[in-house]
Amino acid sequence: MTLSTTTFNANRRAIIVGGAAVAVAPALLGVARAQSSTIKIGFPVPLTGAFSAEAQDQVRAAEIAIKEFNESGGFNGMKAELLVRDDKLNPGEAATRTLELIEKDKVNFVVGSLSAATQLSINAVCRDRKIIFNSISQSDAINEAKDWSLYTFHEALNPHLTAGAVARYAFPKFGKKIVYLTADYAYGHEMVRGFQRAGQALGAQTLADIRHPLGAADYSAFLPRIQSLKPDVLVLCNFGRDLVNAAKQVTDFGLKANTKVIAPVLLYTARQAGGADAFEGILGGTSYYWGMEDKIPAAKAFNDKFRKAYGGSVPSDYGALGYAGVRSVLQAVRDAKSVDSVKVSIALRQLRYNWYKGEQFYRKCDHQSIQSVVIVESKSKNMKDKYDVFNVLSVEAPDEKNLRSCEEMGHKIST
Amino acid sequence: MTFELFLLQLMTGIALGAVYALLAIGLSLIFGMLTVVNFAHGAFFMVGAFFGVYAMGLTGSFWFSLVLVPIATGALGLVCERFLVRPLYGRGIDYPLLLTFGLSYVLIEAMRIIFGIEGLPTSTPAELKGSVNLGFGYFPLYRLFLIAATAVIVLGLWLFIEKTRYGLIIRAGSRDPEIVKVLGIDISKVWLLVFGIGTAIAGLSGLLAAPTRAVNPEMGIPILAESFVVTVVGGMGSLPGAVIAGLLVGIVFAMTSLFAPEYAEMSIFVLMAVVLLIRPQGFFGKAGLMS
Repeated sequence: MTLSTTTFNANRRAIIVGGAAVAVAPALLGVARAQSSTIKIGFPVPLTGAFSAEAQDQVRAAEIAIKEFNESGGFNGMKAELLVRDDKLNPGEAATRTLELIEKDKVNFVVGSLSAATQLSINAVCRDRKIIFNSISQSDAINEAKDWSLYTFHEALNPHLTAGAVARYAFPKFGKKIVYLTADYAYGHEMVRGFQRAGQALGAQTLADIRHPLGAADYSAFLPRIQSLKPDVLVLCNFGRDLVNAAKQVTDFGLKANTKVIAPVLLYTARQAGGADAFEGILGGTSYYWGMEDKIPAAKAFNDKFRKAYGGSVPSDYGALGYAGVRSVLQAVRDAKSVDSVKVSIALRQLRYNWYKGEQFYRKCDHQSIQSVVIVESKSKNMKDKYDVFNVLSVEAPDEKNLRSCEEMGHKIST
Repeated sequence: MTFELFLLQLMTGIALGAVYALLAIGLSLIFGMLTVVNFAHGAFFMVGAFFGVYAMGLTGSFWFSLVLVPIATGALGLVCERFLVRPLYGRGIDYPLLLTFGLSYVLIEAMRIIFGIEGLPTSTPAELKGSVNLGFGYFPLYRLFLIAATAVIVLGLWLFIEKTRYGLIIRAGSRDPEIVKVLGIDISKVWLLVFGIGTAIAGLSGLLAAPTRAVNPEMGIPILAESFVVTVVGGMGSLPGAVIAGLLVGIVFAMTSLFAPEYAEMSIFVLMAVVLLIRPQGFFGKAGLMS
């Protein structure tokens, strides 16, 4: 019995080795092929599922960056192409799609993702194959030393920074007794940690952290308990449709009368889907709001490009990240005069850019994009048109001090 | 924890259970009569929400939608029964099950094409906004309305089935379709009507649920699973079973949320497992319906 198992294992090993050789052969050939006429950027995003509205906008804005690059001459006669794939908001699916993009479609770079979990699985696949991945979704873990590589870039804000900015703005103004209603997955947990860390310095006190499953449709069962705790601030640490549903039900239960409701991330798309009533008075952080165009010329230029391409509509926050994520990579290709992963990575590390929201750059040790955080409040009155949904309350200027230090992220060398 | 909080939580559970009960009634009605396990029920719920909210956007009247939606989803159900489900009668329980499963995907995709994948924004009708003091705490007016509307629909359906001639034929048809046929009644018309009523109620519950949650093409998927739990707990094919189990599931969910929120989602499946172990046919189910 034991003997036969051993033989079987030996055979199996031979098959695996052989199979691996076959699998590698086309990959090697593929390198030569990739040098050809197009720069391919793989773009895995959750086109179906709870964050589909945001993902759709990411694609639309990314297409603008591609078009812009091609119309301004491309690079060395090469045009860029965006290969959009649906990762269905599932880490397994995201890994499979990314693997396909790299092995079958021979993409040069990967930009995309919209979930704390899927971006980690995309990152793992890209890291092993030495393909640059610029993540456009919030995560604290992605650029910690254990997940990070020379090929990992993070265009989006991270929970630590966003939650911190919102806490620094809201806790001193509205009170120190805090209840969290948290989606029970990486994003929610990271956001709560971000608030609690910033809150500690401000003397905030957590009354309860109530966890709900990702994608829950009904939150009413949690609300009487929250009401009885009488918090000063209720923080909704969930995202997309979850946030819409939660905001709606919180409004129905009249919690807003005595409690300030805030969200770490208040998205343009979520506000549009939820309507003015549900979000009235809710305050939150975001990476971008189109209304910043009065003060920031780059925002005006980006909005105008988007309006022209999409019949007058304005870009959302996550959409803008899709644009910036792709544009940075393409700019780095021009700077590096190459599509080679290492050379482009070095060019990205040098890059100082102002694509849409003011000056930004990637921190050397972890490739986190250092950028501003916008604090917005949802409007329900005096709206000029259907795009006019937020008031910009404050903009926290880009500052490395608000991030965790390189040492804290586990990076030994800070350059 | 105070007694007030307990009562408030109980009300929350009843409001949740009301939606489950409405959906389960339709499922149970269709199963009890047609032995069709309607996997498209969640999709009809979703279609009802879309129709209703879209019409509300045009007319500005919630009440108009309340009349329109059951008619529209009922008509859709009639068409589906006549042309899709009917050819499969007599072929075993899995044929219509697979058909309706596929139909649910067609309906979801259709709504994505027509209304987009983001869904429609909804708000509570102006007349039903705000909350009421129940003596032990404030409760949203709309959720009270939801409970009342469910009671009215259940009562109406009960009167229809128990007290009218048509109801008599329906009841007879579910007991013994052969004899009903022998008596000269066209049983296929009865089945058509039952399927239509079931889908009309599903659509109506979609509209009623719409102001409390987001309307999007996938909204019917999780609630279908929960409604099947209700139907199984109450007993496949039993209307009182659907109502009682619906409320019970809502209350179990709400109470678990209060004491152990992490287990709330799981609690209703535990309830189902326990009921199945003790009483496999559910509270009011007849044994052997599935065989």
